[in-house]
Amino acid sequence: MEIIIPILTAAVRSGTPILYATLGEILTEKGGVLNLGLEGIMLLGAYSGFSVAYSTGSAWLGVVAAFLVGCLLGLLHAFICVSLKGNQVVAGLAMTMFGTGASSLLGRSLVGFTIPGLDRISVPLLGDIPLLGPVFFQHDAMLYCSYALVLFFCWYFSSTRPGLNLRAVGDNPRAADAMGIPVAKIRYIYTMVGAGIVALGGAYMSLAYTKMWGELMTAGRGWIAVALVIFAIWNPARAALGAYLFGGVEAFQLRLQTAGTTIPAPILMMLPYLMTVAVLLFISIRKGKGIVFGAPASLGLPFFREERD
Amino acid sequence: MRMTVRIEPRLSVPPGLKLLIPLLSLGAALFSGGIFLYFLGVSPLKAYSVILKSSLGDSYGISETIVKAIPLTMAAIAVMLSFTMLIWNIGAEGQIFMGAIATAATVRYFSVDSRPAMYLLMFLAAGAAGGVWGAIAGYFRAKWNVNEIITTLMLNYVAMNLLNYFVFGPWRDPSSLGFPMTAVFPDSARLPFLWGTRIHTGLFLALLLPLLFWGILRYTRWGYEIRVMGENPRAASFAGMSYLKNVVLVMFLSGAIAGIAGMGELAGLQGRLQHGFSGGYGYTAIIVAWLARLHPLAIVLVSFLMGILLVGGETLQIVMRLPLSSVMVLQGLILFFVLGGEFFRKFRIRIRFLKGAPTEPLREESQPWK
Repeated sequence: MEIIIPILTAAVRSGTPILYATLGEILTEKGGVLNLGLEGIMLLGAYSGFSVAYSTGSAWLGVVAAFLVGCLLGLLHAFICVSLKGNQVVAGLAMTMFGTGASSLLGRSLVGFTIPGLDRISVPLLGDIPLLGPVFFQHDAMLYCSYALVLFFCWYFSSTRPGLNLRAVGDNPRAADAMGIPVAKIRYIYTMVGAGIVALGGAYMSLAYTKMWGELMTAGRGWIAVALVIFAIWNPARAALGAYLFGGVEAFQLRLQTAGTTIPAPILMMLPYLMTVAVLLFISIRKGKGIVFGAPASLGLPFFREERD
Repeated sequence: MRMTVRIEPRLSVPPGLKLLIPLLSLGAALFSGGIFLYFLGVSPLKAYSVILKSSLGDSYGISETIVKAIPLTMAAIAVMLSFTMLIWNIGAEGQIFMGAIATAATVRYFSVDSRPAMYLLMFLAAGAAGGVWGAIAGYFRAKWNVNEIITTLMLNYVAMNLLNYFVFGPWRDPSSLGFPMTAVFPDSARLPFLWGTRIHTGLFLALLLPLLFWGILRYTRWGYEIRVMGENPRAASFAGMSYLKNVVLVMFLSGAIAGIAGMGELAGLQGRLQHGFSGGYGYTAIIVAWLARLHPLAIVLVSFLMGILLVGGETLQIVMRLPLSSVMVLQGLILFFVLGGEFFRKFRIRIRFLKGAPTEPLREESQPWK
């Protein structure tokens, strides 16, 4: 038990950046827009969050800054994909390159500094529950926000009018358009907000997880999040499950390394990536066997109002 | 008077526009990159002139640009092949790594004295390693519809860590003073340099492959099948073409070419395997292939242009202390603007001034898409 609790606690902490990124991407994809630029957006979110927190001394201002930067990047992506009807895969790759390059270029003067970051707050009562308390309720406020976000998304997608409109736009933009739903506007809004939430994932890394900025610090988590969206079959609750699973692999791998195992570090570091492939493979094979697959039907396809099908 | 702005699909692209759009896109990307540099306190004019001078200013610069263009061309041909089929191989970087690892393994465990035999062994090993790395993703995609973008990308990280394992671990040269690199390859495993420069004989492969695949895609039945499968997989399967077989084959070939590009870097240029030996060629190749609009011959030209940026970027690092990542910013911007430019190829914007009541309906025949 003494060994398991720290690993599970670390799993939740290191799963949270991936969870934010996955939730943001789910929101974007529900509207039918594919954003593969998560890695770049997370990095710029991590940089801008850290840079604002470092210069103002307020971690929360950093969180806000990261969200706004994410929204701006989402706006760029939406402009290319929705208005200019560009190829969404390539636009996402461009975003990854731009974000990776820009964050290391801008952040080179911040390497090596640390910030106090977000405070650890134990939730009263819940934090005292054995096992569950330390694992889930002795973290920071931004991590608790991600729990709320999961619940909110579940409710929003299934039980609200705007949530239904969003799904209609992602599944059948032509029908949505005929019903008077503004397809382009909705895609813009959710691509922006989605990218903002993805950037929060990056900000969580620099503000709460490592409390410092480092070049390429997300190390592929953005891409893992893209894979997790599929694993989660676009369901926010499953996204949380998947994110903590990956957090667990990472925590386990780090713990093995610090425990001085004889397995070489590079081999251990392959684990999350191999696991991503394994998870995708598993879900794709099962898909053929009739599980409900929640992919938005028009994902990745631009909508051109004047064009006939 | 009332003005209407309408966006209409083009039925054909005017020939002038075909050249003008990529050039304008490139110009716009460089301009906005300049603004970015300006806000970082770097003079964009100075930065761009450093890039041009270092890469095209003298014969050494030009030769270095060609050195960069060699692996880029090969990797771009590799990704072009899969993109033609609408299979997104984002894993050229990992396939380059696998080719390089296989090359180093061949040198370490199967070294022979005869040069031609050594070349052949390295070529086959690198091609097989890269090819298998690509074919894994291809098989998963064709058989179970596993998203190949993610598989190839994840395999990049796996290949990178595998390479690190070897160069930090069992293959590290004891005399390297702790640097993560293998021992220098013997002469029999080195491709000769040409004309007293660092351009190696991999150049011929980089020129041959585009020609070969241009011919294949244009004139052979198989090339035709691949293009059809990219444009309309359903029609292709009705015509009896095997999707599974072709996806695996294309991904194998794609990975093999990238793997051979990795071999060229090791046997031709660097002479040993080391940590971080490929400066992101596999990713840059994606931009090259896209800028070249997947045309094998255009890839050679675009690779050279991108080589200018890479050589220039390295010089910027030394002269103006700008990190190499600034090149990535420019690459991202170029890709954004090229994508934006596509819009003007596909659509035209019509601005019309209509007289009379604002509710005048458009007549049917003025809507050519109906």
